[in-house]
Amino acid sequence: MAAYETQGFRLDNSGRRIVVDPVTRIEGHMRCEVNLDANNVIRNAVSTGTMWRGLEVILKGRDPRDAWAFVERICGVCTGCHALTSVRAVEDALGIRVPLNAHLIREMMAKTLQVHDHAVHFYHLHALDWVDVVSALNADPKATSELQQMVSPSHPLSSPGYFRDVQNRLKQFVDSGQLGPFSKGYWGSKAYVLPPEANLMAVTHYLEALDLQKEWVKVHTIFGGKNPHPNYMVGGVPCAINLDGDGAAGAPINMERLNFVEARIKEMIEFNNNVYVPDVLAIGTLYKNAGWLYGGGLSATSVADYGTYEKVPYDASTQQLPGGVILNGNWDEIHPLDPRDPEQVQEFVTHSWYKYADESRGLHPWDGVTEAHYAPEGPNFKGTRTQIEQLDESAKYSWIKSPRWRGNAVEVGPLSRYILSYAHALKGNQRCQRVKEQVDASAAAINSVIPKALGLPETNYTAKQLLPTTIGRTLGRALESQYAAEMMMEDFRQLVDNIRNGDTTTANVDKWDPATWPKEAKGVGTVAAPRGMLGHWIKIKDGRIENYQCVVPTTWNGSPRDPKGQIGAFEASLMNTPMVNPEEPVEILRTIHSFDPCLACSTHVISADGQEMARVTVR
Amino acid sequence: METFYEVMRRKGISRRSFLKYCSLTATSLGLAPSFIPHIAHAMENKPRTPVLWLHGLECTCCTESFIRSAHPLAKDVVLSMLSLDYDDTLMAAAGHQAEAILEEIMTQYKGKYILAVEGNPPLNEDGMFCIQSGKPFVEKLKRVAKDSKAIIAWGSCASWGCVQAAKPNPTQATPIHKVITDKPIIKVPGCPPIPEVMTGVITYMLTFDRVPELDRQGRPKMFYSQRIHDKCYRRPHFDAGQFVESWDDESARKGYCLYKMGCKGPTTYNACSTVQWNEGTSFPIKAGHGCIGCSEEGFWDRGSFYDRLTNIRQFGIESNADKVGGTAAAIVGATVAAHAAISVAKRARDNAAARKQAASASNNA
Repeated sequence: MAAYETQGFRLDNSGRRIVVDPVTRIEGHMRCEVNLDANNVIRNAVSTGTMWRGLEVILKGRDPRDAWAFVERICGVCTGCHALTSVRAVEDALGIRVPLNAHLIREMMAKTLQVHDHAVHFYHLHALDWVDVVSALNADPKATSELQQMVSPSHPLSSPGYFRDVQNRLKQFVDSGQLGPFSKGYWGSKAYVLPPEANLMAVTHYLEALDLQKEWVKVHTIFGGKNPHPNYMVGGVPCAINLDGDGAAGAPINMERLNFVEARIKEMIEFNNNVYVPDVLAIGTLYKNAGWLYGGGLSATSVADYGTYEKVPYDASTQQLPGGVILNGNWDEIHPLDPRDPEQVQEFVTHSWYKYADESRGLHPWDGVTEAHYAPEGPNFKGTRTQIEQLDESAKYSWIKSPRWRGNAVEVGPLSRYILSYAHALKGNQRCQRVKEQVDASAAAINSVIPKALGLPETNYTAKQLLPTTIGRTLGRALESQYAAEMMMEDFRQLVDNIRNGDTTTANVDKWDPATWPKEAKGVGTVAAPRGMLGHWIKIKDGRIENYQCVVPTTWNGSPRDPKGQIGAFEASLMNTPMVNPEEPVEILRTIHSFDPCLACSTHVISADGQEMARVTVR
Repeated sequence: METFYEVMRRKGISRRSFLKYCSLTATSLGLAPSFIPHIAHAMENKPRTPVLWLHGLECTCCTESFIRSAHPLAKDVVLSMLSLDYDDTLMAAAGHQAEAILEEIMTQYKGKYILAVEGNPPLNEDGMFCIQSGKPFVEKLKRVAKDSKAIIAWGSCASWGCVQAAKPNPTQATPIHKVITDKPIIKVPGCPPIPEVMTGVITYMLTFDRVPELDRQGRPKMFYSQRIHDKCYRRPHFDAGQFVESWDDESARKGYCLYKMGCKGPTTYNACSTVQWNEGTSFPIKAGHGCIGCSEEGFWDRGSFYDRLTNIRQFGIESNADKVGGTAAAIVGATVAAHAAISVAKRARDNAAARKQAASASNNA
């Protein structure tokens, strides 16, 4: 490949090629290759999904009411969001509207996932890209305590003794010589810029978050019976309400259960306010002051989301995180996004291990075709069919397809939702004022409040400069977690109000029986999944699934190139980032992880009507 | 290095209690009291057992479940009880640094490490439906299995194949025991397994240094020897013939039995109704939805989750999977009619027809 320009980036694969495989601390399996110039700056990036499961093929011919359970197993990390998308798609196809209580309970489950998934992502999958665990051993517990009280005055766990205990335990662990999951980390790398005290504070919160996250998911356990993989149901929720009647003690939802849920919501709000958001702001400030503002990629220009969190069910105008598409970095113009329009969302396979009859065209999910065709190829491919040394991005190189919006590659995720809502707020949307307030307060904290307190130089970046960065992507997720917990408390209060008003309905069973269904129907469901916009498209015929298709956040972000040579969000985000030491891929991991990749989600398959899998080689 | 004893001490357990624990261990292992000091010595000095946790085709719900464990806390398991040296989902290192860890542990702890597998290998397309470090996952699995002490098959993917192996299984996703045939494999099925079941199995292995007693399908008897139905808190409603007939009906609000809504509790071996989920908070039936049977082999291909079971029969809770397993498959629809009829009969004892039906059903069962 000669060097070429696309989307404002100049791709040049002439320099030294390095490979990271496996990319760890993600869901699923992924490979990443980059080319560096003489100064170790990334000038070309290639991201590859390296797994494929074929769930949509498996769904064909099954009962649409069962689909949620199958697709829920696409991913156990963003557990429940595929199930919710699925019941929405089926209900859309059959014209079912769920009762208000069911809507509110589903909203609380979705927002619980948002909080849980975002926090676990930050502390357990992402933090080690920012935090040097071993450096924490050199921290002064007293200074750590002061730092903690500065960044988060209300957090009760902040005494010097507390941090000393954690440090001692860490020391014992490191001294054991058995470093477990921290073995061969990139400790001591100059890519880490935090002082030891910030590292100790973050390691401490790694452990705090690990203990607390198991509490939050109990909201799913109450409403859905278990977590991971709570139960859902077409037409409503299975958890009937009985507050004070016969058998209330054994009913799914009674007063004790409601109190339990409320207590968990309060814990989530507290953790976000006292730990998660302050940590991200402090770490973001320190990296910004060290000059590390890389990783923006497509978020600086092209972002998308379907829009979510209606205050009034089925009324998109009441969304609290409204969607749309922004192109070319023009925040003044928000294009409407319609998942039903065959011209808008389309998937391409020119660089994916699938075949289309005409690969110059993209296909809308309702009309999708898939023929798996594993064939690593191209003039620059090195290795064999079962031993890949180097992929060739000019040919097919991934199990992920390339979805595009009207032909444009876009970034999706919490950052995209926050950019869109911020832009909506600037255009006067009153429902987005909380987002604007969060973003503006964060910019003030990162620019001046925290630098001042730490004796560092202040800066004057605008939201439009700060958000489209790796730091901004990580911040967007923290703010969304904070907002989700706040909205969840409103949902909870509304549920209690509605029950007080005498409505205890949780299911609409008018169309439960397939005999009531039309001979043919098609529908779409969308959800703001933790990693970005998620859509499921279903066709039902004679009471069975005729075709089922998912276009998933990591498919958007992790997509390979398209027929025009446009790169996806992962690839774009790595461009022009300098590496301290190419042997230690800290910067690559930091930016790729900032998307929270979910490869099991992204590598799905679309089956054309009546079409069987083409290549099946039985060993 | 922190030994098991030190962990217990740090957790506030006295020396006296520790020795009591050791003597209990000796008793449960059937050892003479003279062995107690040996056990105590081992506990005090044993380095943490390395665990290599591989991921094939999966959804990571098993890892997510594992970190939800409340007793012991996942934090304590990972930091103090074992040495989680390789786990793609949690480990700091990536790329060749990560792969180097595998090699080191396999050499240094040859025959002494535990292999934990989440997910399964696909065999179609030469295994390249799951590629790791440029190669088929199945190769990595075989390589790491070779010198392992024992293998834990986490979840229904590793144990049975699970969702990607549902018909028509396009990638030929294959459970572990069909690929690795020369090692002890402990199956811990469920989608996912219960958090405390996962940590329960692994801490048992570390504490007693042996594989828990397994049923003939390879599942630990301690968690998988009874059906959810056997210990379900709604079981009295089943026996009384009180069923939910439609979602959100009066019976649903009273917590009646979900059998008619398709509950698979009567044929599912798991600990959901006893241990329950997420620190004993609830389990699917308690939250109003029937069991979908996620710990059973091939549960995806046994009809709709809302179809009423037609292959159960009334056997006593004293029967376990071994005794029942062989006959369950042969049971036909007539038996379930009998099963339901017994319940109906109990509710309507004055109904002569029902009584007659129940009588004939009892004869069948």
